[in-house]
Amino acid sequence: MCLAIPGKILDIHGDEPMSRTAKVDFNGIVKSVHMGYVPEAKPGDWVNVHAGFAITILKEEDAREILDIFQEMVPKDLNES
Amino acid sequence: MKFISEYRDPQAVKTGIDRILQTATRKWTIMEICGGQTHALLQYGIDQLLEEKINLLHGPGCPVCVTPLNMIDKAIALAQLPDVIFTSFGDMLRVPGSSQDLISVKARGADIRIVYSPMDALELAKQNPDKQIIFFAVGFETTAPAVAMTVWQAYEQSIPNLQFLVSHVRVPPAIELLLSSPHNTIQGFLAAGHVCTVMGYHEYEPIVKKFKIPIVVTGFEPVDLLQGIYLCVKQLEQGQSKIENPYSRSVIREGNVSARELMQQIFKITDRNWRGIGTIQNSGLKLAENFQHFDAERRFQMNTEPVTDPDICISGLVLQGIHKPDHCPAFGTECTPDHPLGATMVSSEGACAAYYHYRNLAANV
Amino acid sequence: MSGDSTINPGSCPIPIEKYPHIVMAHGGGGRLTRQLINDMFRSAFSNDLLERDHDSAVINVESGSIAFTTDSFVIHPLFFPGGDIGELAVYGTVNDLSMSGAIPKYISLGLILEEGFAIETLWQIISSIKLASEKCGVSIVTGDTKVVEHGKCDGIYINTTGIGFVPDGLTISPASIKPGDAILLSGDIGRHGISVMAKREGLEFETDLESDCAPLHQAVKALINANLDIHCMRDLTRGGLAAALIELAETSNYSIEINEESIPVCDPVRGACELLGFDPKYVANEGRFIIILPKEQQEKALSILKTIPVSSNTVPIGKTLNTKTSQVVLLNAYGSRRILQLFSGEQLPRIC
Repeated sequence: MCLAIPGKILDIHGDEPMSRTAKVDFNGIVKSVHMGYVPEAKPGDWVNVHAGFAITILKEEDAREILDIFQEMVPKDLNES
Repeated sequence: MKFISEYRDPQAVKTGIDRILQTATRKWTIMEICGGQTHALLQYGIDQLLEEKINLLHGPGCPVCVTPLNMIDKAIALAQLPDVIFTSFGDMLRVPGSSQDLISVKARGADIRIVYSPMDALELAKQNPDKQIIFFAVGFETTAPAVAMTVWQAYEQSIPNLQFLVSHVRVPPAIELLLSSPHNTIQGFLAAGHVCTVMGYHEYEPIVKKFKIPIVVTGFEPVDLLQGIYLCVKQLEQGQSKIENPYSRSVIREGNVSARELMQQIFKITDRNWRGIGTIQNSGLKLAENFQHFDAERRFQMNTEPVTDPDICISGLVLQGIHKPDHCPAFGTECTPDHPLGATMVSSEGACAAYYHYRNLAANV
Repeated sequence: MSGDSTINPGSCPIPIEKYPHIVMAHGGGGRLTRQLINDMFRSAFSNDLLERDHDSAVINVESGSIAFTTDSFVIHPLFFPGGDIGELAVYGTVNDLSMSGAIPKYISLGLILEEGFAIETLWQIISSIKLASEKCGVSIVTGDTKVVEHGKCDGIYINTTGIGFVPDGLTISPASIKPGDAILLSGDIGRHGISVMAKREGLEFETDLESDCAPLHQAVKALINANLDIHCMRDLTRGGLAAALIELAETSNYSIEINEESIPVCDPVRGACELLGFDPKYVANEGRFIIILPKEQQEKALSILKTIPVSSNTVPIGKTLNTKTSQVVLLNAYGSRRILQLFSGEQLPRIC
């Protein structure tokens, strides 16, 4: 479980933290997403969205870190682990 | 696609596979307990690529598959009531009940609508004041916050015509049950990354301590899955048992605090019957006292008897990782996605359906 | 993709003040029926065969083979981004005929109308059919109109039959498929299904995406005029690329191998599929087709298809195999192979 998809916040509507919504862009598809659980989110942030709700703000540095691990792996490294 | 395509890079995947195969000095048995991970592992063929060293088990991580049979029957009964609009995620529509499924009931005229979010049910309730809107609230802790917020909004706005048929389930009690079983062969766990996005991973700390087993919080893209499996294997090779979180772009130890807080207000923990497995204590969520008036079972006085699947169906054993789907005598013959005998053949995340769709033998060609 | 949806159809030729909506009498065979047929349909589709006003259209046939097809259109919504049911009815019929190499010529139009259907809407659809048939060089030569009670159909259902003429010497069919043939796909997949889904209640999302609804006859004509040895063609429709490939494998008995990475999918379709949990290979298309031909002719076919707008992004996606096991094998980017299966019904949006 389950399908949570990354999308980029375009703009946020509403002042009430518990009922704010945002237009979120998923690769050219824009859907209205509930922002109640990410009160600190702002336009330009990337969020993970499940069942119409943003459940977290994605951390770009951590996202990069795991990719770097894979990119740094070269054949000789495998023998050392 | 950012945050997706990079994690599907073929070169990275090849390197990741090689690293696991070189690190493992023997075959290890690892279970993932998430329908989304089952789907991804089989769709990308990662299980095949690691077969030599990793025995991947697919646990009861598909909430569609574990929704109890009598809950499906209740859904079907509710959907057929006059002036009801029954709303559900698409996943649930083909799950067989005792004698039929929601799709066949829809075909006979019941007003059943697929929604993307429970908030869509709230909108329907506002637009149709003369109807009763019921939402089928299934899912693990990833989905419970969406339902919690919807219940909260319905409460705040005093919506009189929205009810919830609640069948949420929790992961940690299921893990404990599996690890306590005398049949248990699981040596390491991949924890579902999106459940942990909401709940964090502190709940797994006592499990790791008690059972001395590695648990790695894992995402859903090929690179994430491979990193999760690699870290699990590395711990096993080194005799370690701790929690690791390579999915840190989405998960922190405490999870989403505001989601957990609202869930604690809206729901309370209860025992829950898991289809094919039986009752697991404290493994479910139901509406708390203050929100009981939104409970569809109470509102419509549903009281169907517990029912079991046909004897030949071994979905319970599949869900516990004790058998693989293709060990079932009915797999691919009496039981196929066209005429499923159990829930694991219906949902595309169910291990049996995933095996049928993705793991079909290419060797013949 | 069609730009026709932006053209103004002009005002409805029937005075609609008295009957702005279809009533049972429009299908009763009396005065209202004649008015509908004469003032709307015949004036829109005017041609010699239709003018004769017989029960059937009699067509002169030269030597050679006739291609004959039928199709029904029950879609909802009737108007979708990039097209409508009228265009779909014409292009769908034209495409079915084109897939056997036939030159599409004549179409029949059977309409089932729901009591209460707006005449203005009917006129928009008829105008669409007129424009689409002119674009394809086909004539609407006969038809039928029935009206059913309110609630017995969804506004309008359309049935067509199509006739085309197959040039001498062509045998384009699954039976002509050979092992080692190249498989080409005329463009990216999933646009029609996703653009229609975007409007569907409960799933609404915003997108500029339009349906790929389009006629394929020009692309087919270019291939045939180049004297290429086309073995088989198949247009993609409801079941998507997956259904077309599986049908071809089953009918020809030859297995097919597809390179998953080579299947083109545009960004919005990818995004929508990720969001809803769909596999683009199963999403509907209405303006794409598969071409199967000898490997040696692949490059020539590609260069020709790329000059025609509807097929300008044609790519090779796989080949037929030597084995007669009727399977479609997908080769993914990681070296895994799996068999492509059909779902029992339509894909449903999922959360897990």
